[in-house]
Amino acid sequence: MAKNSDAIKREEVVIRFSGDSGDGMQLTGTLFSDTAALYGNDLSTFPDYPAEIRAPKGTIGGVSGFQVHLGHSEIETPGDYADVLVAMNPAAVKANAMWLRPGGTIIIDKDNFTEKNIEKAGYIKDPVTEEKLESYNVIATPISSMVKEALKDFGLDTKSVLRTKNMFALGMVYWLFDRKLKYTEQYFEKKFHKRPEIAEANKVVLRAGYYYGKTIEALNPVIKIEPAQIARGTYRNISGNTATAWGFIAAAEKAGLKLFIGSYPITPATGILEELALRKDLGIITFQAEDEIAGICTALGASFAGNLAITSTSGPGLALKSEAIGLAVMAELPVVVINVQRGGPSTGLPTKTEQSDLMQAIYGRNGECPVVVIAASTPANCFHFAYEAAKIALEHMTPVLLLSDGFLANGTEPWRIPQMKDLPQINPPFADKSDTPFIPYKRNSETLVRSWAIPGTPGLEHRIGSLEKTIKGTVSYVPENHEMMVKLRADKVAKVADKIPDLKVYGEESGELLVVGWGGSRGYLMIAVRELQTEGKKVSLANFNYINPLPKNVRDVFRKFKKILVAELNMGQFADYLRIKCQEFDYEQINKVQGLPFTVKEVKEKCLKLLEDK
Amino acid sequence: MAEMQTCKYTPKDFKSDQEVRWCPGCGDHAVLNAVQKALAELDIPKEKFVFVSGIGCSSRFPYYMNTYGFHGIHGRASAIATGLKTANPELSVWQITGDGDALAIGGNHFIHAIRRNIDINIILFNNEIYGLTKGQYSPTSNKGLVTKTSPFGTVEEPFSVGELAIGAKGKFFARTVDADVTLSIRIYIEAAKHKGTSVIEVLQNCVIFNDGIHDVVTGREVRDDRTIILKHGSPMIFGKNNDKGLLLDGLKLKVVKLGDDGISEKDLIVHDAFESNPGIQYMLANMRYPEYPVALGVIRSVPGHTYENDIEEQIKSIQKNAQIKCVDELLTSGSTWKVE
Repeated sequence: MAKNSDAIKREEVVIRFSGDSGDGMQLTGTLFSDTAALYGNDLSTFPDYPAEIRAPKGTIGGVSGFQVHLGHSEIETPGDYADVLVAMNPAAVKANAMWLRPGGTIIIDKDNFTEKNIEKAGYIKDPVTEEKLESYNVIATPISSMVKEALKDFGLDTKSVLRTKNMFALGMVYWLFDRKLKYTEQYFEKKFHKRPEIAEANKVVLRAGYYYGKTIEALNPVIKIEPAQIARGTYRNISGNTATAWGFIAAAEKAGLKLFIGSYPITPATGILEELALRKDLGIITFQAEDEIAGICTALGASFAGNLAITSTSGPGLALKSEAIGLAVMAELPVVVINVQRGGPSTGLPTKTEQSDLMQAIYGRNGECPVVVIAASTPANCFHFAYEAAKIALEHMTPVLLLSDGFLANGTEPWRIPQMKDLPQINPPFADKSDTPFIPYKRNSETLVRSWAIPGTPGLEHRIGSLEKTIKGTVSYVPENHEMMVKLRADKVAKVADKIPDLKVYGEESGELLVVGWGGSRGYLMIAVRELQTEGKKVSLANFNYINPLPKNVRDVFRKFKKILVAELNMGQFADYLRIKCQEFDYEQINKVQGLPFTVKEVKEKCLKLLEDK
Repeated sequence: MAEMQTCKYTPKDFKSDQEVRWCPGCGDHAVLNAVQKALAELDIPKEKFVFVSGIGCSSRFPYYMNTYGFHGIHGRASAIATGLKTANPELSVWQITGDGDALAIGGNHFIHAIRRNIDINIILFNNEIYGLTKGQYSPTSNKGLVTKTSPFGTVEEPFSVGELAIGAKGKFFARTVDADVTLSIRIYIEAAKHKGTSVIEVLQNCVIFNDGIHDVVTGREVRDDRTIILKHGSPMIFGKNNDKGLLLDGLKLKVVKLGDDGISEKDLIVHDAFESNPGIQYMLANMRYPEYPVALGVIRSVPGHTYENDIEEQIKSIQKNAQIKCVDELLTSGSTWKVE
């Protein structure tokens, strides 16, 4: 394949693939990202797709998008604005034109810009004129007809032929960025090894797209993004859901326990259950329950039996699991509940991201019912926080709520693969076999953690349950006993603070403004703060992963800044939580509930405004 | 075979130090007693027994057993027991539940546990009333029953436990009466030995809110004529004088008197609990007084695959040829690249 000699080098670039939900844009984006990752770029991806499997064809509601941000330098987010937009139909232009950087490139399938499709997208005239796209580099390509031409000798039906048109677009994008086709071709060979003619058809179309780009010099010069300068090691590309699943597998292996997941399919958390279901080779038990409640209740049964037990869900499912989380608090059993947040309330926006289940996670149960709440903040660190969640649950005999979100779950980024020997030990407080008669709620005096006696162990027979009880496990409604037990359970969770790391500050440890975030919005806040720092502003970032209990140094961090801005994708739940926990500070807020992540731009604008108001 | 047992227990070994708090005269006392006697006869080490329950009067049961126990939340015992048994198939898992706990709030878990054929033993105390909340109608209350929430009589059709269990693809269904400790012990032992979900309905008396609800069938004077105790391989004979029987008349069961119209024992149906086709067992489970005697004993007991065993076997067979054997191998599987 001819090299592009006159390529220019760029630090980073954002590409957005968009089309009908049947156009295969998620796959196209994933294949492009994998090629970039294997080349050594740092990257971050963000799939944005409708809840309907096949929404009405050609409509805005049916547009599926996949954005990838790759760079020579460290990439924190999937990017705000795209340099290149692939739009397979008029609706894709309509849905995405505002997310294109001025001067950017748009690749459209001209064949799809029929009167009918233009009308379906809500345009009156040709979108290219209506969206005033003159300032962009619009490459109108008759993709559908070129694909038909390329495959005319294959003897495939029209439907199968047109199904490959996303590969034509991908081929063009590969040319724009001077990429090799090798990895994608290998993917086809593996995926269609039983149907070599389909593999070949895809390869032919991919190459046709590539050479078409070259022939028409779609971009001159082409853009080259050198591999990123990142820490040494072995890397892979990983999504938040896969990283979460693997974190638990790692924790189970380290603790020497079987891993049990009881779960009910729910978007966007299902990927965790699916990934674990593949891992029978590692002995994982995946129980697809009849409902959300059975998901956690089977997990509690498995926890009682001595497994590392987890359940995964999203907001509506967390609501259903509330009572059983209370049972785990009462019985003091280890369990991890993963909530991959989506837009709410109720069914809300199933495929869109939000951070609006925070209060539900911290407080959403009957009675005095504290649990540990932690939140992952990048797709890859879902591994770390899943591992941490399991470690805390097992070592402290408590439910742990692990918060992820749709953005982290489906987003991907390169991840430096850790080695098991480097991960911290996990030591569950197993009861001593001589500890008979076993007193179920006798506690370690320092951590207040009870011991774990596993059914099947002779001599340790005991009963646990949902009723209030004495230390011995005898049911008790004695007023003073209840109050004592409530306080003990709360203190046990509070003492987890002794084991968690301090809150880190990115940037100077004092200044004008501290941007406070939590969980998955970290990337955008980080870029905004970095850019402001480059512009000479005294702004730093503190992004929380440990929410209940809070890190011990929170006050020390907060008091060194004149202003605190809490940024979150909800109406201000973390800000309100901080108002309860650290009352002495004033909290400014930036909130967004559009089912979308922040943009760097809007965070920066808010920060600048706060810096101006003295 | 008692002398062959390696685990020698007496019922007392299964009594916990907790004070039993059921009302005096409650049928639950007899069930507890029968279960403790049955466990002593099973050749299973005590530490392997786990009793799981939901919420309701009967669900206090685990506290009174000197075994592992987990008193759960309302309706969810089947799910908890399922997780427990799947996590450790070596355990002998017993679910204690009631008509409200299993068939109302826990109906979903109940049918799915049965469908999956998890090897647990479900003892369902059916007193046709909500006792712990002080007397509201339940999913098994007869239509028309006057209770605090149906002061003018219920207008709902009740569930039949056996019909529901068999409809959910149940492979073991038995029915007993709380006071009949001998029959109950025999059934609990058979249930324990059955591989798969065993559902045992206990016609249980609530002395406070539904006293005597089953008396019309199970009362001392009438029970021989109004119940039939089924035994696998025996003809279906009942009655105080062993003079009544059941035969198949077309597609329906029919009560007959031996000797009438020349009917003899050989005309009666012989009970086959092991028959996988549930047709006759279903009719037997649904027999209601006064048209029929109420069937007691093991009505259906069909061997089949259990969920936890199939899961274990699947994992074993996959692990035999697995490429990935530990987490380090998983993490580096597929596409990776090195940064030097």
